[in-house]
Amino acid sequence: MNSVFAAVLARDLRLAARRRIESLLPVAFFLVAVSLFPLGVGPEPQTLRQIAPGIVWVCSLLAAMLSVNTLYAGDLADGSLEQMLLAPGSVLQLVWAKAAAHWLVSGLPLIVAAPVIGLMFGLPAQALATLVVGLLLGTPILSLLGSLGAALTLGLRSGGMLLILIVLPLATPTLIFGAGAVDAVGSGLSASGHHSLLGALLIASALVVPWATAAALRISTE
Amino acid sequence: MPLTLYTFSSPPRFYALTGVLVPVCWALCVALTAAGLWMGLFVAPTDATQGEVYRIIFIHVPAAWMSMLLYLVMAFWAGIGWAFNARLASMVARAIAPTGAMFTFLALWTGALWGRPTWGTYWVWDARLTSELILLFLYLGYIALTEAIDDVRRADQAGALLAIVGSVNIPIIYFSVKWWNTLHQGATVSLTAAPKMADTMLTAMLLMTFACWAYAFAVVFTRTRALILERECGAAWVRELAPGGAR
Repeated sequence: MNSVFAAVLARDLRLAARRRIESLLPVAFFLVAVSLFPLGVGPEPQTLRQIAPGIVWVCSLLAAMLSVNTLYAGDLADGSLEQMLLAPGSVLQLVWAKAAAHWLVSGLPLIVAAPVIGLMFGLPAQALATLVVGLLLGTPILSLLGSLGAALTLGLRSGGMLLILIVLPLATPTLIFGAGAVDAVGSGLSASGHHSLLGALLIASALVVPWATAAALRISTE
Repeated sequence: MPLTLYTFSSPPRFYALTGVLVPVCWALCVALTAAGLWMGLFVAPTDATQGEVYRIIFIHVPAAWMSMLLYLVMAFWAGIGWAFNARLASMVARAIAPTGAMFTFLALWTGALWGRPTWGTYWVWDARLTSELILLFLYLGYIALTEAIDDVRRADQAGALLAIVGSVNIPIIYFSVKWWNTLHQGATVSLTAAPKMADTMLTAMLLMTFACWAYAFAVVFTRTRALILERECGAAWVRELAPGGAR
């Protein structure tokens, strides 16, 4: 039953492993974009500590949206996407596996890099832990929403910008609860409420978004 | 022929019907606007706390209501068009989007003009303002997506999917923004604390709301008629209608 899921996931991970530099581009973008903020805002530690969670979250959001653009594009170009849609087995599993592969390749490295960035911005240890837990819960949502955007904008001329325009409004709750968790810890409150809501968002989007993405793939390849 | 639910889902009949309805809608719109503005600007009393500036409410609140309602109406017709392959429903959905975006922008714009004298600032990151701004982005995303796809059928269906996902998301966005706002420094001025409205104010606001409805119907029908002519330009009845026109 899980054969489609496992096969697509293994295939995408192998493809990523063959193009190692390309797979590292999202995390490189993330590091560069985050490093620009102190240059623009100024080096005051107090200000940087305050805006760090927001910056990390916004940059992970952008990194996810910029990298998800190619999720189905390659498969569409060489015709394998149509074959995968025609093949027996659930399209939902295909969508699930694609989103999971995107998260493993471009979401997980961001989570590894985030604590380092947090240290550079002077976040205390407890805030760092909250940030990482939030990213662990939140970045899969971004991969799922991004895969929906990628399926809707498949093969369009201005696909990249369009994807960002249509997905970012949908991702605002994730951003709010993700960055809010770190802010809550900073002001001495518990982050568990934010994390629970992020978890709820993750479950809801894991159940609903792949269905919409499968429909979008059918619309786009008709 | 019997009048059924599907009678006017045929583009030629819809075209003929709206040809009659559009002038009626415009006339209603003008009459209601005149009555509403007269009530609002001359009859309604001056507000005890805000003075004359509160009168912007007579365009601001109807615009905000329309912006939210039209998104749901758009998602509904887009969904009908997608589920039942009803061409006309998809065209109506496409025709609603610019009007909805216009009302959203109008609500934000008049809100800013109202906020300056009463709150002392054009913009605060209040829950309602922020979610209205995100609603504008949702409209823009829908318009951009449907305009970017050349194939009409795919554009309609992709737009329908996006509109439905967006309308499911609107409550989530609203409540998350609301919670975000209460966690940060809250807005110092709240509209919910305003005193109860005078009857004449409410009447003027309802009149303006109906005027906005009439305007929305007139504009959406006109735009749908243009879309019908564009998409059905190969049909015999359109050729008869515009001989020597675009082919």
